Amino acid sequence: MSVSPDLDRRTLLRRAAAAGLLVTPAAGLLSACAGSEPAKNDDTGGAKSKDNPFGVKDGSAVKVVVFNGGLGDQWAKEDMAIFKAKHPSITVNMSSTQKIKTEEQPKMATQPSDVVMNSGADIMDISTLVNEGAIEPLDDLLTAPAWDSDGTVADTLLPGTVADGTFQGKFYVVNIAYTVWGNWYNAALFNKEGWQPPKTFDEFFALAPKIKAKGMAPYVHDAVHGYYPRWALMATIWKSAGKQAVVDIDNLKENAWKADGILPALQAWEKLVKDKLLLPGKLDHTQSQQAWLDGKAAFIQVGTWLKNEMAATIPPGFEMKISDYWGLGASDKAPNDVYAGAGEGIVVPAKAPNKAAAKEFLRAVLSRAGSAKFAELTKSLASTKGSGDNVQDSALASANELMKNAPKDLVSVKFWNFYADLDKESQNLSEELMAGRLTAQQFVDKMQAAADKVAKDSSIKKQTRTA
Amino acid sequence: MRHGVARFVTGFLALPVALYLFYVVWPFVQAAGYSLTDWGGYSDRQQFVGLDNYVRLLSDELIRKAFWHNVFFLVTVPLFTIALALFLAFLLNVGGREDRAGIRGVFGSGLYKVIFFFPQVLSLVVIAVMWQQIYRTDGQGLINGLLIKIGLVDADNPIAFTNDPEPFLGVPAVLWWLLLIAVWSGAGFYMVLFSAAMQSIPKDVYEAAILDGAGRFHTFFRITLPLLRDTVSVAWVYLGFIALDMFALVYVMTPSQGGPNHASEIFASVINFNAFQKGQFGYACAIAVALAIFTILLAALQLRITRRERIEY
Repeated sequence: MSVSPDLDRRTLLRRAAAAGLLVTPAAGLLSACAGSEPAKNDDTGGAKSKDNPFGVKDGSAVKVVVFNGGLGDQWAKEDMAIFKAKHPSITVNMSSTQKIKTEEQPKMATQPSDVVMNSGADIMDISTLVNEGAIEPLDDLLTAPAWDSDGTVADTLLPGTVADGTFQGKFYVVNIAYTVWGNWYNAALFNKEGWQPPKTFDEFFALAPKIKAKGMAPYVHDAVHGYYPRWALMATIWKSAGKQAVVDIDNLKENAWKADGILPALQAWEKLVKDKLLLPGKLDHTQSQQAWLDGKAAFIQVGTWLKNEMAATIPPGFEMKISDYWGLGASDKAPNDVYAGAGEGIVVPAKAPNKAAAKEFLRAVLSRAGSAKFAELTKSLASTKGSGDNVQDSALASANELMKNAPKDLVSVKFWNFYADLDKESQNLSEELMAGRLTAQQFVDKMQAAADKVAKDSSIKKQTRTA
Repeated sequence: MRHGVARFVTGFLALPVALYLFYVVWPFVQAAGYSLTDWGGYSDRQQFVGLDNYVRLLSDELIRKAFWHNVFFLVTVPLFTIALALFLAFLLNVGGREDRAGIRGVFGSGLYKVIFFFPQVLSLVVIAVMWQQIYRTDGQGLINGLLIKIGLVDADNPIAFTNDPEPFLGVPAVLWWLLLIAVWSGAGFYMVLFSAAMQSIPKDVYEAAILDGAGRFHTFFRITLPLLRDTVSVAWVYLGFIALDMFALVYVMTPSQGGPNHASEIFASVINFNAFQKGQFGYACAIAVALAIFTILLAALQLRITRRERIEY
């Protein structure tokens, strides 16, 4: 029996395999684009009262997804207990993950979870969520009565929390953690050596040789994720050039990056790199934090989640303390402003099946009891007032101290939340500057060019900040 | 009789074909549809924009960069993987004692086969995480640590591996370091593939060659390689697809998923950025469709070029 030459078995198998391989890489990417039918909304609530301001229906279920990163997820389980105490008949389905976008984005248009903590490296772009109408405005949460104290929920929040969650005039994101950023050092070591944590770059450059003489690098940072060094660069820019300069940058104002004080701020960082004050190597966040804990470097800049993130490997006798970012000195326009703000945002998807229970759950998260547990468990402040009052911890205490001395204005930068292009470009350029491949002048020029490009791009929806 | 065969085959294939249509072909069609819209990915709102996305794609600087990086992998991944796999397969199957070439491989070849094949059983992400430790950029990294100990690398200036955008032979160093992983992880599989093909070559061909005084070099280039032509050609096409993907390695290994400063940007990373970070799914679908078309054309071209009379033995 003859086999037709076009269809012998080997050829067929070969082609089938080739076709199979052909579609696999692209299919994953392509199928990610596929959406489907919208889900029905079931939001006819029960009776509303002071204790149940959103009219949560008895017997309903609420699905909560928590980001399980530097803060862990134990705090969320405590919130669940607080919620269950008041609403025993409502089922809370809680899960935690590090892959928020991977798991939640595909469901946003159809059947999302009710409460989503949008945080971590795998984060859903917040301006897209707002522009697409994919998340629910939570202004009624702010005006609802607080869970376990007088006044409204808004009354219990720390300054900046409402502003940090507000987009296009509406409150969308409940940022639950209050983070203070700055330069960390080992207070035990500094006491022993008689070193003072510097307040300005000049003081740092004066101290650096003494640190080097002890066989330590003066400074280390995450050289893999560009947003780490960017916090430090923007803090120096704010201190040196003042708040208005950063507001102009966020608003894409013409030549905003060329304002007085910005270039000198970046030149201080350029000098730090040129003088070889960095620990060699391109370490990521945990590697650099561990190197700092191992005494290889004197300073590391990161937020107050640091202690919780590294809890398992802090050596005995190591006393973590945070100090403010360095300014340039007498010429600074805002020398005392501290980099702090609410982070770790929780959102309620617009298509969430049980929005009432979602908001009620958020009320429990922002309760006095819940936020005290949060501070205790995460060694970070919650974005509600007084959360850290009863926590004994030197790292948290130093952050509290820093906040107490801070004036009303806090360093806050918005452009990276407004524009994904500018976000990516500024991360790349920050790493390039810190790698010594860009001068401060080139950094400014390139950032200005990137900002101009976004300003001209009509496919990008523009946003502004006023304060 | 032929009619009966057709019905028999159709009966068996109906379900797989239906599944294939629904899970593979339909997403393709959907993606092509979305590529004509401004869909943002988080809602069910979208507007038809015609070919706007494709027009924009042509002038996108990032895509141009990604294209050339993909071309780099497209040339180098198959070339190096196949060369290495052939070399190993030859040693393990027919590279044994010179006087009896074609009869056996080098000593211990069975063990080597298992070792070389090992990377194939690991998922690409596991491989990437493992190589992160090998490529660690300070004295604690496997390579840097060794080289610093024996004095080949300055401890104050360790190798930056995937953090290094400086060009080497005109191509960013990060791409070469990624290439090394891709070749390492792929060579084992193709070695086994070529081994199987080599073992099907009749031994008397080799014996005749040895009688004529051919050494290892000549037996490889005059006998083994020509008789493996079909297998190598298929391997080339497969590796071409792998080279066009490379997403897992770039995503896990490089700073900012395509960095430093866009030095390792590839099609897949640009698609990822536009879809999931910028929220421009319509545009991302257009890039994906363009990539799919490019891949199909390439495969067709490759199979056509290498099509040739088969040698029967």
